[in-house]
Amino acid sequence: MYEIINQISRWAIPVMLLVIPLAAFIKRVPVFETFVEGAEAGFATAVKTIPYLTAMLVAVSIFRASGAMELVASWLAPALNLLGVPADIIPHAVMRPLSGGAALGIATELIKTHGPDSFIGRLVSTMQGSSDTTFYVLTLYFGSVGIKKYRYAIISGLTADFTTLVASIVICKVMF
Amino acid sequence: MVNYVWLGMIVFGIIVAGVQGHIEVVTRAALDGAQVAVKTSLSLIAIITFWLGIMKLAEAAGLVQALARLVRPVMRFLFPGVPKDHPAMGAIVMNLSANILGLGNAATPMGLIAMQELQKLNRHRPDTASEAMCTFLALNTGCITLIPTTIIGIRLLYGSQDPTEIVGTTVFATFCGMTVAIIADRILRGIYKYR
Repeated sequence: MYEIINQISRWAIPVMLLVIPLAAFIKRVPVFETFVEGAEAGFATAVKTIPYLTAMLVAVSIFRASGAMELVASWLAPALNLLGVPADIIPHAVMRPLSGGAALGIATELIKTHGPDSFIGRLVSTMQGSSDTTFYVLTLYFGSVGIKKYRYAIISGLTADFTTLVASIVICKVMF
Repeated sequence: MVNYVWLGMIVFGIIVAGVQGHIEVVTRAALDGAQVAVKTSLSLIAIITFWLGIMKLAEAAGLVQALARLVRPVMRFLFPGVPKDHPAMGAIVMNLSANILGLGNAATPMGLIAMQELQKLNRHRPDTASEAMCTFLALNTGCITLIPTTIIGIRLLYGSQDPTEIVGTTVFATFCGMTVAIIADRILRGIYKYR
């Protein structure tokens, strides 16, 4: 099953790059001009995200480097210990919605220290794979079109993150 | 909300750094963050430009619309405010498919295209997120990934007996997250309507 999905992932983009221009050509679309016309907006879109990403990443960077992240993690530790959750994974849980790179770094460190087939290794792998960097996605996507008021998007995003965390812990306890 | 989170992280961070006696890290951290942001945006130029070109072709060939028609019932339920043949529907489906297959560098540009299409429908308050945008982001942050490639790679690197054994647990966890995201989105949409 994994092999099949893996092959689909490998072939998906090359097949798209073959089918899309061919299909357009058959429909008598001027393919080269149309591609260029579409691509024109790419530069502007990427540049427009700079101020939004800067704002978010500066705050995340200060929060992390100052030691505030570890402090929040240590406050959460007693509550999670009651549920039988190892304290080692708490920094990852706190960091995951804020910074993809930092969370991956923490996950790698935990896998290296405890081994990939330990409970902590499997749990952190599941947590890393099942969640996304909510704040990054929010900032990038909203920033690219100039949205400044996010309304309830942060609350629903964090609710999803928290659910994913709890579900990861529960399923790993059951399975491993 | 984002104002409180943003200010909170900065103020709390600086206070903690001060109390713990290493206030000097703050300036460097702030500038490091800014640098990562600019680098990220600049490195997005290549993939966004490329995918926007391909997507324009797909649209001109009628492929995006065909894809949108295929999943119309689900999309009508999730995005009641978006007209049924709007290009945003196709772009959203493309983005979610790329996420599911773990095609990270194709998923982001398609998500940005979807946002631009949704923004075209958001005329009267262009600086405020529309309901469809909130739903799209909720789906996106909780989206199912069938192949978490990066973490499988790391497990392999550190000598796991079975690097892919976490695929099942990952799909389960992400499925729970996405379900709750959709439910929370619906509830919050109702609450925020009266404000």
